[in-house]
Amino acid sequence: MYAEMTQDDRKKRLDQQIDENLRKVYQSTLEEEVPDRFHDLLRKLREQGRPE
Amino acid sequence: MRGDPRDEIPEYLAAMRAFAMSLTRDPSSADDLVQDTVVKAWTNIGSYTPGTNMRAWLFTILRNHFYTQRRRLRRETADSEGAFAARLAEKPAHDGRLALRDFAVAFAQLPDEQREALVLVGASGFSYDEAARMTCVPAGTVKSRANRARRKLAELLGLEAHEEMEMTDRATRAVMSGQGRQGL
Repeated sequence: MYAEMTQDDRKKRLDQQIDENLRKVYQSTLEEEVPDRFHDLLRKLREQGRPE
Repeated sequence: MRGDPRDEIPEYLAAMRAFAMSLTRDPSSADDLVQDTVVKAWTNIGSYTPGTNMRAWLFTILRNHFYTQRRRLRRETADSEGAFAARLAEKPAHDGRLALRDFAVAFAQLPDEQREALVLVGASGFSYDEAARMTCVPAGTVKSRANRARRKLAELLGLEAHEEMEMTDRATRAVMSGQGRQGL
């Protein structure tokens, strides 16, 4: 019984560690500088699009 | 002009790129996806309800577009598995770089829906309910996809529930041999 509980706890901890690693991988992309093409695109959309 | 929600779009560019990268696993496809998403969001801003979660709104447009395109291009594109990971390897060294790269390589092997579910709830901080609304499936489906993703990752990385995820040499070897892909 005790062993089953710890098995569950360990699984939970493993899941937390997986999520933690995922966040690190995700974060490294998140921190990349956004390429200029997107700011250019938004500028163009703003220039041509805004009704008033 | 005051309070045009479109002015908020730039704040979410980085998040959209990260989400797109996790879906496409390829930097140039990811950026194309973000570009299409920005244009769609800009022109359909009327469907956004001010005051609601703009990130969720943008992510929904992005993933819908991804799946529409995927259906269209099904199997036509070259497998870019690991491109997400390979890109990480170009980054300046930081602690655990190799381990994270292994993780990313394994992550790239998961089915699209599982990667999506895990990124939304595991990395982006959405609740199961939010992710369910965004992906148009019940919350239970999101949950089971995320759990299957975690189990598969543990398997690919050679981890068992009784082991610590230390990203040991053993885990590294498991990924490398299972995948035959290196280049660091």
